Amino acid sequence: MIVRDGYELDEQETGSAISSEESPDVDATVNGRDERRNVETKTMDNLALRASGVVKRFEIQDGNRNRKGLRRLWPFYKRETFEALSDVNVEVRAGEIYGIIGMNGSGKSTFIRVISTLLFPDEGTVEVFGVDVVKNPDEVRRMINRVSVDAAFFRSLSAKENLRYSARLHGLSPRDARKRYKEILTRIGFDHNRVSDQVKSLSRGMKQKVAVSRALMSTPRLLLLDEPTTGLDPRSKRDVQQFLHKMRDEEGTTIVITTHDMEEAERICDRIAIIHDGRIVAEGTAAELIEIARNGRGEPTLEKVFFKFTGEEWDEYE
Amino acid sequence: MNVMRKLLNEFWGAIGFVERDFALVKRYLGWEVYWLIYSAVAGITIALIGVTTGDKELVLFLVVGAIVWGFLSLLFEFVSETVAWEMWEGTLELTFMAPIKRITMLLGNTLFAVIYGLIRSALILAAMALFFSINLGGANLLTAVVVLVVSSLAFIGLGLPAAVLPILNREKGVQASHIFQAGLLLVSGVYYPIDTLPGWLRPISVISPATYTLRSMRAAIMEGATLADVAGDLAIIALIAAVSIPLGMLIFSVGERWAKWKGKLKIEG
Repeated sequence: MIVRDGYELDEQETGSAISSEESPDVDATVNGRDERRNVETKTMDNLALRASGVVKRFEIQDGNRNRKGLRRLWPFYKRETFEALSDVNVEVRAGEIYGIIGMNGSGKSTFIRVISTLLFPDEGTVEVFGVDVVKNPDEVRRMINRVSVDAAFFRSLSAKENLRYSARLHGLSPRDARKRYKEILTRIGFDHNRVSDQVKSLSRGMKQKVAVSRALMSTPRLLLLDEPTTGLDPRSKRDVQQFLHKMRDEEGTTIVITTHDMEEAERICDRIAIIHDGRIVAEGTAAELIEIARNGRGEPTLEKVFFKFTGEEWDEYE
Repeated sequence: MNVMRKLLNEFWGAIGFVERDFALVKRYLGWEVYWLIYSAVAGITIALIGVTTGDKELVLFLVVGAIVWGFLSLLFEFVSETVAWEMWEGTLELTFMAPIKRITMLLGNTLFAVIYGLIRSALILAAMALFFSINLGGANLLTAVVVLVVSSLAFIGLGLPAAVLPILNREKGVQASHIFQAGLLLVSGVYYPIDTLPGWLRPISVISPATYTLRSMRAAIMEGATLADVAGDLAIIALIAAVSIPLGMLIFSVGERWAKWKGKLKIEG
């Protein structure tokens, strides 16, 4: 399925909605992506995430508040707002790895926060495995975990102490947690000799690995990853990506990942959504999206797809 | 998930906060010693005012005032700065996403504060007793400990509304919570008898749990009062706790919901 400017098009309909030269070949096999689609088909009977008509507005933080004086305190004072999310509709199937790519400020993190029960939508609904995130946040929190782009820790505590603390909050016994985080840290290439070091002494990449372990340790049903591999070296990135696949394949974890890394999105995601100015402007498998961008001039890439839907050059952004 | 399992998760969640705070104290043990010396010196300085009058009873009155106020303000700060501290570390979203009740988070934090505060108060009392050659032989320390523990509950209740202030205003919220503390210090008879207050302020001292804590603690340490002797005050403190904890939780949850509508939980990004 492709979503473009709010119109949902079935695979059969895409040909009429998009010019013939852009028509996606949904059966295309690119770099083994057909295998991922098999996984998708096997697990598509139930939804892990459904977001319907999600709108989130924020008040514009005016640096010159005094100009408005006491009027701001009036309860009916109309505050200026902007839409961080505009009518976002997303459905993620259980066991799927769903990527969201977009520029800074496009609404990726806001959407992740809404799913995480940290932010209430102004309009629309979000359900995690059928449970509403606003009405039953406690139940949703038992099913999810998240890694944010800036991994937050108690910096004076060691990596081990931070992991133990997180394990307690998620109802894991220290012994189970230790076994689990050791396995994960080994898989993603974290030097075990550093596990007792204070987090503030670790590099950004190492902190990110600990953050990934912390989230994976609780074996969530839905894992929310907000640019999880930012700051990791290529090998560590690959280790994390492989581990995400392992989690999905062996434990059936559904993963929603936001990323700036087009290669990463293409390599690990079953489907990808492009978000721009708070709107999902395109959605499909990497193969489908690339086919849309095919225009006969050179090899199409996800960067070209991004440009096509947003009008923004990825190179300039990076 | 069955009820037993859920309760067990909440219990281990609370223990998680205690372990975390204990690890942090251990990490900064040198600073803790420094802070302990500072608190003891501050208490001694206040009690020396009593020495100038030559009234031994006044010295003990001030010693108990300094120790109780040290304990209660530590507890109040722990509760009211729970959120502010996590905001500073950047872990607030992580903690708020954890599958535990908010009351568990707040009580877990304060459980550590109660244990830590009791040990600290005992050490300061010992230091002050040595400095002023106070004989604590007649004091009923069991009553003193029970009074402090029961008072902790009432202070947790008062600290909960203050805990939400840093969410409402990240920059000024913590300072605003000090207004509560200053008010309690003024009306509760920490360093002077309540009779000294102007008539219009005295009714407020009736609703401050610190008033009853101080009265019971002075009775326990200065007169050796038993638990039965202070039962009336303990009942009032427990009543204040029974009202203030649910009310504080309600205010906290309203503040949290507001923050989730306004997007105030995020630090950046």
